[in-house]
Amino acid sequence: MTGRGREPKRGWYTLLLLQFVLALCVPFYNTPEPRLAGVPFFYWFQLAMILICAVLTAIVYFVTEHRR
Amino acid sequence: MATLNSTALAVFVVLFGLITWLGFAAARWRRGDLERLHEWGLGGRRFGTLTTWFLIGGDLYTAYTFIAVPALAFGQGALAFFAVPYTIIVYPILFIVFPKLWSVAHRHGYITAADFVRGRFGNRWLALAVTVTGILATMPYIALQLVGLQVVIGAMGVGGAGVVGDAPLIIAFLILAAFTYSSGLRAPAAIAIVKDSLIFITVIAVLVVVPSELGGYGAIFAAVPPQKLLLTPPAAGSTGAYGVYATLALGSALALLLYPHSVTAILSASSAHAVRRNAAILPAYSLMLGLLALLGFMALAAGVDKLPAYTAGFQQFNANFAVPALVLQMFPSWFVGVAFAAIGIGALVPAAIMSIAAANLFTRNIYREFFRPNCTYADESRVAKWLSLIVKAGALVFILEVNQQYAIQMQLLGGIWIIQTLPAVLFGLYTRWFNSWALLFGWAAGMTIGTAVAWSAGFKPTWVLTIGGHDFSGYTALYSLVLNIALAGVLTVLVRAFGRSSDRDETAASDYETA
Repeated sequence: MTGRGREPKRGWYTLLLLQFVLALCVPFYNTPEPRLAGVPFFYWFQLAMILICAVLTAIVYFVTEHRR
Repeated sequence: MATLNSTALAVFVVLFGLITWLGFAAARWRRGDLERLHEWGLGGRRFGTLTTWFLIGGDLYTAYTFIAVPALAFGQGALAFFAVPYTIIVYPILFIVFPKLWSVAHRHGYITAADFVRGRFGNRWLALAVTVTGILATMPYIALQLVGLQVVIGAMGVGGAGVVGDAPLIIAFLILAAFTYSSGLRAPAAIAIVKDSLIFITVIAVLVVVPSELGGYGAIFAAVPPQKLLLTPPAAGSTGAYGVYATLALGSALALLLYPHSVTAILSASSAHAVRRNAAILPAYSLMLGLLALLGFMALAAGVDKLPAYTAGFQQFNANFAVPALVLQMFPSWFVGVAFAAIGIGALVPAAIMSIAAANLFTRNIYREFFRPNCTYADESRVAKWLSLIVKAGALVFILEVNQQYAIQMQLLGGIWIIQTLPAVLFGLYTRWFNSWALLFGWAAGMTIGTAVAWSAGFKPTWVLTIGGHDFSGYTALYSLVLNIALAGVLTVLVRAFGRSSDRDETAASDYETA
């Protein structure tokens, strides 16, 4: 199939790959400090990661979705 | 058991009445001819972005999840949080892969993943393997939803021994069976909207009220024993708890969307774009699940397991009683009714979708493929409706007559089984390089070895691979998948070396593109 000008946008898909790396780097986030409002890093970081990753997916969606 | 909580029960019954009415009324929603399988079993592929969000959310984040994830946090601590990375990486997969499945299914009228495999590889036996795996993996999953229902019914003080004790569950089951039969996928889609609203209200209320009662999040985490607060760092030469945590997350994410109920919900979307949009908005449910896991710690901090009022509940349901006990302890009776109805209805939505998905598989890929190739559309729809009843009755008998523990063990095996369909379904969306018989062989090996390993480990989800003195502990499903793929690859190379030609592919490259 022809690229239809979508090929240059392929790079944005690395934002999806980044989510796997973030989510699976367990040794990085398995630590209590720094705490946030009494919540250990292990917990608040992972919860924050959900939001960050949703934003990353949304970015990829808006960049790659062709407007009609 | 606790005394009967009549206010909570009244609220629960009223909300249940509401969704019963909604379930039957749903037959007229976005009206279609329910004598056609794609109308009954896929809602006519007409659900827009928002309905799909409620439907997939209500489907994947089940009642059992709401009970079991906090229960795991309550019992084992930090490990329970693997649900967070798990539900993060599910969505990039949904975004990349499943719009392709939607597109090709839409173009060829596929209703199940096995339909796609049949069309793509032209091998009915490989499609049968995907079908049987899907049905096998779904059955214990439906049974577990009934466990979630059982826990909240028990927590309201309804129950006892014998037929009287089982009556509420049987009634809930009859309601579920009746509206699924008459409305098909439209019923859980409509009910999911109510269910998810109730769940969001409950979770927000709990997250606001309970910490203020317990002295803030700092105090809650201070009450968690140190060995439960974080994963134990692995010893030298071992991946230990880190490997377990990461592979459980990755393996569960790879398996989740292959389940028939996931495929059914995804294919019922009105466009591939709706599927892609949902990959960005479904994480709202993941956030809720992550916050829900914290309820396990709140139950620890509140010490509900040590209060005499809940001793009987913990004896009957173990750690699964942690969340109901916390809600009973912290909230007025009417709100207990709302929260428990949220969980109870939360069991019906996925149970309905799962039974529809299993019925679709049986009808399309066993009944029509092997017994009645010339059956009419009305036949197809009729068989699927009846089968959805049989599937649910099987799950009910399983829960009432067989030990609940078996359902949990079977569900664990279900994850190991369903992931074995990944090479045929997911790789199949990208390439026909693999030979279909090689895929079938890889599937058989993965199923057998995965089951044997889990069985011999006493139904623990993990296994330790030792290479050169290094221990790699990980999720058995992932290891058996690697074996499956390796075998399928090697056999494909061998088959090609002997020059055997591939079977017919009825799909074209352009079928996979999103319009």
